[in-house]
Amino acid sequence: MDLRWTDEEKAFRAEVRSFIAANLPAETHARMKQGKSPTKAQVVQWQQILNKRGWAAPEWPKEHGGPGWTTAQRYIFREELMLAPAPSPLGFNINMCGPVIIAFGNKEQKEKFLPRMLNLDDWWCQGFSEPGAGSDLAGLKTRAVKEGDFWIVNGQKTWTTLAQHADWIFLLVRTDPTAKKQEGISFLLVDMKTPGITVRPIITIEGGHEVNEVFFDDVKVPAENLVGTENRGWDCAKYLLGNERFGQARVGASRERIARLKKIAAETYDNGKPLSQDVGFMTKVTEIEVELQALEMTVMRVIATAMKNPGSNKPDPTTSVLKIKGTEIQQGVSELLMKAAGPYAWVDGDPDMEGGTEQVVAEDPDIAPDWAFGLAGIYFNWRKQSIYGGSNEIQRNIMAKAFLGL
Amino acid sequence: MDFDLSEDQRLLQDSVSRLLGDKYGFENRKAYLKSPQGWSTEMWAAYAELGLLGLPFAEAEGGFGGGAEEVMIVAEQMGKHITLEPWFTTVVVGGGFLRHGANAAQRAALVPQIAEGKLKLAFAHNEKQSRYDLFDVATTATKDGAGWVLNGAKGMVIHGDSADVFIVTARTAGGQRDKSGIGVFLVDAKAAGVSVKGFATVDGQRAAQVALSNVKLGADAVLGDAAGGLPLVDRVVDEAIAALAAEAVGAMEAAHLMTLEYLKTRQQFGRTIGSFQALQHRSADMMVALEQARSMAFFGTMSAQDDDAAARRKNMAAVKVQIGRSSRFVGQQTVQLHGGIAMTMEYAGGHYFKRLTANDGAFGDADHWIRVLTEAGGLVAAA
Repeated sequence: MDLRWTDEEKAFRAEVRSFIAANLPAETHARMKQGKSPTKAQVVQWQQILNKRGWAAPEWPKEHGGPGWTTAQRYIFREELMLAPAPSPLGFNINMCGPVIIAFGNKEQKEKFLPRMLNLDDWWCQGFSEPGAGSDLAGLKTRAVKEGDFWIVNGQKTWTTLAQHADWIFLLVRTDPTAKKQEGISFLLVDMKTPGITVRPIITIEGGHEVNEVFFDDVKVPAENLVGTENRGWDCAKYLLGNERFGQARVGASRERIARLKKIAAETYDNGKPLSQDVGFMTKVTEIEVELQALEMTVMRVIATAMKNPGSNKPDPTTSVLKIKGTEIQQGVSELLMKAAGPYAWVDGDPDMEGGTEQVVAEDPDIAPDWAFGLAGIYFNWRKQSIYGGSNEIQRNIMAKAFLGL
Repeated sequence: MDFDLSEDQRLLQDSVSRLLGDKYGFENRKAYLKSPQGWSTEMWAAYAELGLLGLPFAEAEGGFGGGAEEVMIVAEQMGKHITLEPWFTTVVVGGGFLRHGANAAQRAALVPQIAEGKLKLAFAHNEKQSRYDLFDVATTATKDGAGWVLNGAKGMVIHGDSADVFIVTARTAGGQRDKSGIGVFLVDAKAAGVSVKGFATVDGQRAAQVALSNVKLGADAVLGDAAGGLPLVDRVVDEAIAALAAEAVGAMEAAHLMTLEYLKTRQQFGRTIGSFQALQHRSADMMVALEQARSMAFFGTMSAQDDDAAARRKNMAAVKVQIGRSSRFVGQQTVQLHGGIAMTMEYAGGHYFKRLTANDGAFGDADHWIRVLTEAGGLVAAA
């Protein structure tokens, strides 16, 4: 038993940290340090910098352009990006669609799509959820019918994150409506420029445009864009969803935000003294720090297990623990950040204003200090975390059935 | 990074698990509770036989040569069976004082006897006013030639009524809440001026009120620096917290398993109550609390070995907070999900709940340590 990082792992962390410090564009860094999301151009630029270094896809095998890291190295790399903070590799490309093509795709698909995914020449989005298929994903209805060398797709996807940026979408479609629910589903790759696709923004409660509805109206998709076996798309979906063992924990992101929260608390006055001296408030911060420390150790236990059984896709109950605790902690931190900012958290842009809150503050810095930017918005936005990726209640169902035997 | 036990550690775990599995069923425990001293002398001898009483001491001094990880392994097993013997007070706490504070002669006099099961220790630190502050000491130690004279009263001395030697904190200089001027003394329970009044605690342990009236000690009764004993106390308590965490994890795991078993067998409305989603989710939340606690028990075992006292204290405070929070949740839900049966003395569930609650209170509860950690600036530095 040795519960510490090895010297090699520590050296690797230092290497990653210094690479980020030397190569992360200053504007991207400054923007993210204020808690803002990077722009599309910034995400693409950084992904290409990482790609040049061979670090674009931490989890991919070497033969497809991955760095050939151990599970621990992958984790350290991702943590360092969050701590910096720097953009993470685009999840839709690197963690979702890419691994499915690597595991289920044919040679042509791998050659055509993987290099462009790594370099973010194509921005991918995920077409899984539908209005009638949320937690019950296998209830999806979007149809694909074979006509000659094409699949004709009709239906609607929803909650499609950043579809407005996307060049391609990976879809779950029903190809055999007579089969049982999970059977008769296929995994299809679709060019977003294909005629018949309409993207309609969904504006979330904080006013942001992150998610969309995507409509398919007689969309012609070349037959060669089906991944794996026809009617076995659920295997791809399960593989994709089970692929992330510790993706939802986001320990580094929470730690970076807590560090920022403490800075804000030191600069904000309450009852005539810095908020950082208010025992009541700071106790709430400490409560979350303790949970976060425990979560990090839980992640390390998951990593240690994964490193002992490389390639094992065995479900691990701790994955659900990471999802539940990771999201509760992130939501908790976002709430404390909003509280710390006090009245300034509430500055907002007009509904149709390009740039929203950011623009208001940029035009008149006296309206709110820089650090208060959008903190209420983030609090509202992050309520999504306990809903997406299998809601936290679904995680509890999984634990009860698969691991507790109830 | 490796959470696996070594071959030797696995053997240790197996042998303790086998011993307690055989001899520490809930019915056995009830019988041990009823014995005059409130625990089993037979088990105490068995622990000695297995090497558990000499566990953390160097082999050259008559011990078993185990480290923090071995203590964690054994403590977890003790927690699984909510054992009653003074192992924690003698071996973990008492042993900690001897390892970190005693000189070679003091260890030579005590360690072999402890390892053989002939000598038990208890830590007498608590005073009427001190609550959880280890530095709040009113008991006095006054210089008397080469030796010392102790006066004062110590309360809630866990397993004080079976101790042969007390480890006593006493003030050698300064005011009641000064952090310097505290000495740590070995006091024979039979010494003139020592009176011990034993009683039971709600969770099934024993404790004592210890009065010290002009107790004369030799110069060799001091552990380490007579005026600078607090760092020693802190170090030992930090190690004790790591062991308490492991013990709590063992108790939580047993309570959780017991609850699951009940959910799978108890029938109401024509079905097992474990088929109800409300109870399934509560049970999943128990597992989350348990896994977070288990993680922090590992973290505690790792952190307690840190020589940087300030960093160590912060980490151990975090351990105590998480363990306390998880213990409270798992303990309360064990009773709630069982229903009435776990409210009875006859059923094990409630006993785990009590032990977990008492464990949280030992050396300061989660509320105490969250304040300590908050005042120390928390775990994450400001940006």
